[in-house]
Amino acid sequence: MKRRTLMAGLATWALLPQAQASEDAMRAAIRRWAGQDPPPGPLTLEMAELVENGNAVPVRVAAREPVLGLALFTPLNPEPEVIHVAFGPAIARPEFSTRMRLARSQRIVAVARAADGRCWQTGLDVIVTLAACVEP
Amino acid sequence: MRSTRAVIVLPAAIQAGEPFEVRATVAHAMETGYRNDDAGTRLPRDLVRRFECRLDGELMFAADLFPAVSANPYVAFWMRLSQPGELSFVWRGDAGFEHRELRRITLS
Amino acid sequence: MKAVLLLGALLVVTALTATADERRSGRDTMSPALRALQADDGQHPAQLALALGQDLWRTGAKSCASCHGDPERLRGVATHYPAWDRGLINLPGRIQRCRVQHQGQPAWAPEAEGLLALTALVAQQSRGLPLQPPAGPELDVAARRGQRLFNTRLGALNLSCAQCHDERAGLRLGGSLIPQGHVDDYPIFRLEWQSLGSLQRRLRGCLSGVRATVWDWNSAELLALETYLARRSAGMSTQAPGVRP
Repeated sequence: MKRRTLMAGLATWALLPQAQASEDAMRAAIRRWAGQDPPPGPLTLEMAELVENGNAVPVRVAAREPVLGLALFTPLNPEPEVIHVAFGPAIARPEFSTRMRLARSQRIVAVARAADGRCWQTGLDVIVTLAACVEP
Repeated sequence: MRSTRAVIVLPAAIQAGEPFEVRATVAHAMETGYRNDDAGTRLPRDLVRRFECRLDGELMFAADLFPAVSANPYVAFWMRLSQPGELSFVWRGDAGFEHRELRRITLS
Repeated sequence: MKAVLLLGALLVVTALTATADERRSGRDTMSPALRALQADDGQHPAQLALALGQDLWRTGAKSCASCHGDPERLRGVATHYPAWDRGLINLPGRIQRCRVQHQGQPAWAPEAEGLLALTALVAQQSRGLPLQPPAGPELDVAARRGQRLFNTRLGALNLSCAQCHDERAGLRLGGSLIPQGHVDDYPIFRLEWQSLGSLQRRLRGCLSGVRATVWDWNSAELLALETYLARRSAGMSTQAPGVRP
């Protein structure tokens, strides 16, 4: 049975040309949503660090102050965007949860946008293993 | 058999002013456009693109979804109500996909 | 059908391992995140299927409800399969037989959405109960055959079920933990499938995984394997429907 574990450190992926392009695509997507290159800032980004199957990975993003919106991005999925969330007045907590697809091990990025125009981001390294015995 | 279904999970009792979690799932394959069928033919992209939750018509929570959201897209968020109201949920997507749910919220 | 179930209940098969039980459900060897997903009804990936099952339960002139009442009344039923009733029959097979013989509907295709939904609904009613597959001469023959198949090397990869799931359970294969392969939580929402699926789907997947001939749906081989597997997992409690990677 073919070994299909993918364990990737960020440094390793940086050496591959297509990974580089995807990092740029993610930066561009973040810029489109946030209107800027957000500096690092406090955000809770919850996901299992070792994911057994990348088809449906629970993820939770929470800010520590009221925000207009939150968004999730990936550098190494086929496309950089995952979800953009916007909050209205009756929202009780600046957070959301969803289930997302992860094509491979990578550093996912969450971004927040506040009403005064401030944006900030945080990242999380996630390792995705694949089921070893998959139907061909 | 209904072709479209959704599940909305709300707490049994909702108290005025207290945060409560809303969890919403809609049945949809979220076909990414990157998969092939058994014959090797590319399965066309077919996604839910937008989810909105409104309280008495006012937009409370909106999400733009991309192919990286899993099949049967699931979102959870927290709301607070000071008086009873009606929550409406709508999902819209490719090929004219649209599904709506309504929930009347009474407070305990 | 009631007579068969009562007979099954009287002829309960005891667990295969009488000494310290080293059996572990796949639930317990999964990551905490997936365990949480299975344990929380509010975000369980099979929610939609269960909702469909509830719908179907009450649909039609001769609905399931018209004979069986509420689904809760079938608590315990799912733990007594596979059974012998004019042939080997598993839970989906029983639902199909009801559909054809009592509801006058055409049988569903294997893994049809409605069939899985009802299987999940009925299996869910037995949550927390131990698997108690029935005994009987025909079932004993099938279980022995199933055990032989479980221990037979198959396919181009020349692997038997036992080599992975008995001998190497707990070890890793390509980063994934090899489970013992218990059948306590079927039907399962397998993340790999992005859908709910039956035990037979999983078995057929394994067969193609070792490049063996894939036995037909409801073939004698698959039913014999299911019969053996139920006894191998007898006494373990079910938390159906399950979530698995």
